[in-house]
Amino acid sequence: MKTAIIKYNAGNIRSVQFALDRLGVNGIVTDNPEEILSADRVIFPGVGEASTAMRYLKERNLDKLITSLQQPVLGICLGMQLLCRYSEENDTPCLGVFDVDVKRFTSPVENLLKIPQIGWNNITGLHSVMFEHVPENSYMYFVHSYYAALGADTVAITNYVINYSAALQKDNFYAVQFHPEKSAEHGSRIIENFLNL
Amino acid sequence: MLTKRIIPCLDIKDGRTVKGINFENIRDAGDPIELGALYAAQGADELVFLDITATNERRKTLAELVTRIARYVNIPFTVGGGIAEVEDVNVLLQSGADKISVNTAAFKNPGLVDTLAREFGSQCIVLAIDTRFEDGDWYVYLNGGRVKTDRKAFDWAKEAVDRGAGEILLTSMNNDGTKQGFALDITAQLSQNLNVPVIASGGAGTMEHFVDVFENAQADAALAASIFHYKEIEIPELKTFLYGKGVNVRF
Repeated sequence: MKTAIIKYNAGNIRSVQFALDRLGVNGIVTDNPEEILSADRVIFPGVGEASTAMRYLKERNLDKLITSLQQPVLGICLGMQLLCRYSEENDTPCLGVFDVDVKRFTSPVENLLKIPQIGWNNITGLHSVMFEHVPENSYMYFVHSYYAALGADTVAITNYVINYSAALQKDNFYAVQFHPEKSAEHGSRIIENFLNL
Repeated sequence: MLTKRIIPCLDIKDGRTVKGINFENIRDAGDPIELGALYAAQGADELVFLDITATNERRKTLAELVTRIARYVNIPFTVGGGIAEVEDVNVLLQSGADKISVNTAAFKNPGLVDTLAREFGSQCIVLAIDTRFEDGDWYVYLNGGRVKTDRKAFDWAKEAVDRGAGEILLTSMNNDGTKQGFALDITAQLSQNLNVPVIASGGAGTMEHFVDVFENAQADAALAASIFHYKEIEIPELKTFLYGKGVNVRF
């Protein structure tokens, strides 16, 4: 099985590769269209800023490539947000796989809500094969200032003052806001479930 | 609900853990990777590796170490110690570190915080402050606590957050090593007035001290070293204790 990790101008790609290593899987970090198209699994990771990332993807026609993929795709963090319709982060139209928008956290009272959310939060309402053997209310590691709203594709919910999509799924596209590659055993299980789809 | 974090800190010199370590089930007590992986398995929420190597080779040594840590440790970790340049940070993040911490270099050149935040994002920039209470206020100390400044810790923390620091790691030199508890007042002042997470450090001696710093000082995370290394407090029992006291923690 060939697993491609999409290389673009976003950080944290190494961590995803190491998480795959720990599962005995060799992830190929690449922005080569043929490599990506021929992979059995594609991971779209990322920590960074939405508009710069979208610009980079468009310049290389990776935007069209990603949305055309037929094999299972896993978006992580910024990768998930870029698969949504639109992001408030610098007013950025995104890839539109998931029919939800990405908004910025706002604190109802000054300093009540620390932004970005950094740390472990629980995920509930799990209904996706991604979460097989992952208990309801498992804790996952999150680092983000923007969130995907709830929608028809929501398959896990987290609360940070408001409820938002911790995970989305539509057809062959899977996505998580948290970092499964940094979320200990439960996170590793999610990656394994994705690889075993 | 977002949980309070427990963060063991490991001091590293020439790629090895220093300070006393007392773990029978670790084959090599000096190996930071084995110790880090053990803490992760026990339920630590993050790790901090503080490099105190002072050689010319340090950047290369540290990058190699970070790569090995990232390969084996499945929770987030921060690397700090002597980071002064954008290239240091670039190398460490590329090697697999999730965050880096800056201290003296950022104080001497505050623009470094802006540059790093712009280049890599606030979420991976931790500002470490060593502070001591004297003459009625908390002052910033540099160079591992050896050099006093006349800047107040709160003022510097606020400026750094405005410049883009994503978290504050606050160590009270008055409390560090005393095992008499964390510095609650300055921790609370920072936590209540800054909109980034505050990691309290220095003074942990009992499990009650962690309850105090989370409940009374609203710390987002608490860091400790020797009590974990010497197994005076083990992470699973600490988390069970905190949970019993109504503190939201991860299991």
